[in-house]
Amino acid sequence: MSFATGLRCRKCGQEYPLQPLKVCDFCLSPVEVNYDYKAMIQAVSRQSIASGPATIWRYRDLLPVETKDEIDLGTGMTPLVKADNLGWKLGLERLYIKNDCLTPTYSFKDRAVAVAVNKAKEFGFNTVACASTGNLAASVAAHAAKAGMRAYVFVPSNVEPGKLVGVSIYKPNLVTVEGSYDDVNRLCAEVAQKYNWGFININLRPYYAEGSKTLGYEVAEQLGWQSPDCVVAPAASGLLFTRIWKGLQELSMLKLIEPVNTHMYLTQATGSSPIVKAYEAGSLHIHPVTPNTIVTSIAIGNPADGYYALMVARQSGGGAQDVNDEEAIEGMKLLAETEGIFAEAAGGVVIAGLRKLVQSGKIHKDQLTVAFITGAGPRTQEIVSDVVQPVKVEPNLKSFSEVAGVGV
Amino acid sequence: MAKKQVMFTFPHNLIKEPIIYLLSHKFEVVTNIRRADVTENRGWVVLELEGKDKEIDAGIAWVIEKGVRVDPIEGDIIEG
Repeated sequence: MSFATGLRCRKCGQEYPLQPLKVCDFCLSPVEVNYDYKAMIQAVSRQSIASGPATIWRYRDLLPVETKDEIDLGTGMTPLVKADNLGWKLGLERLYIKNDCLTPTYSFKDRAVAVAVNKAKEFGFNTVACASTGNLAASVAAHAAKAGMRAYVFVPSNVEPGKLVGVSIYKPNLVTVEGSYDDVNRLCAEVAQKYNWGFININLRPYYAEGSKTLGYEVAEQLGWQSPDCVVAPAASGLLFTRIWKGLQELSMLKLIEPVNTHMYLTQATGSSPIVKAYEAGSLHIHPVTPNTIVTSIAIGNPADGYYALMVARQSGGGAQDVNDEEAIEGMKLLAETEGIFAEAAGGVVIAGLRKLVQSGKIHKDQLTVAFITGAGPRTQEIVSDVVQPVKVEPNLKSFSEVAGVGV
Repeated sequence: MAKKQVMFTFPHNLIKEPIIYLLSHKFEVVTNIRRADVTENRGWVVLELEGKDKEIDAGIAWVIEKGVRVDPIEGDIIEG
């Protein structure tokens, strides 16, 4: 059963019943799900979780979903890989990769969308919607297909059609908007206000957010019920980063792991790094920027949870690191060449950021470090198309031996 | 009457300008500030605008033209 009791404003503390709600009515700040942790601690144990399915629904008691017959694509329990080859290259003895390329639609968004779509169904919506250029759109469209719901996906008209194949295959209503990213943002805010839809990252955002906590739960469980020394994760809106932290904190509160002493490091692409800039400036204000980076999956100039991500980085004794586009590409290649994992560019940002954090002495070689790879590479593979450098030979052995330099 | 909730982010050179006051005088828009943080160097204000759609849209266009960044309060909605 769910122990969710209501929604609570993260700024002013105003409480609301569980309902579709985008922000606090009073101070217009984000709201989040509140739980009855006293009751939860009586019901949840390591054994009860371990006896659940090998999906995010093993953590059902820690999520705000009531239904027993949930819409499920099989998301969760993705591999936590000991990355010795990459660790050796970077100078880390205990490096792990949480590989969320391996979800039903190839990104961590499936975790968040699974919870949001189930809540949408519970609230009686028959239509879900989102604005996205890739990962979120695919996940929403796939879950809506499974749920038998209508889906509307809004994209700027300049997005390459090739990027939308992995979305359109699930047959959502694809809407291209003539205008900039800002125009799409404004339109979607108005659409969400006018239509009685479950807009995944607007009025369903408090629930959408909770799905990402499962990344924190899984890592702790897969490490034998312990929290890592360091976490390195990408930050776009900042939501994922804050929810990994919340997941670890909740497990500690439920006495499933020891008190958390994890240093949380967020990474961003330099061309869209408002949180890193605020961290470096010692500011609490995230100044919006206009993104200019090839790392489109985390290119958010005005991050809704930026302030909270900044606070987690500070309070945990972690930090924030940016890398430029070239470094991100190098990170993608390094991860693929050493660990056999083809991540999207955001994964390259994480690996390149991790490298910088080690080089600057912030992360030490003996610290148990988990790098979060949150999306797979094939959706945007054109950005590394230069890796295709075949050896051309004539169709005979002599040519092959000569050109390829392979001795007989 | 429509309502729109937005965030204004002011650049340094506009901090001393009474933009919100002028907005409510030039256009038939009621402004209701909910949260704000303004210093001598920078500032942001989260506020609700109430009025006819046409007036709100024209008012926002004027504010943008003055050099203020205007965002939905939800932050960027479009995600990767």
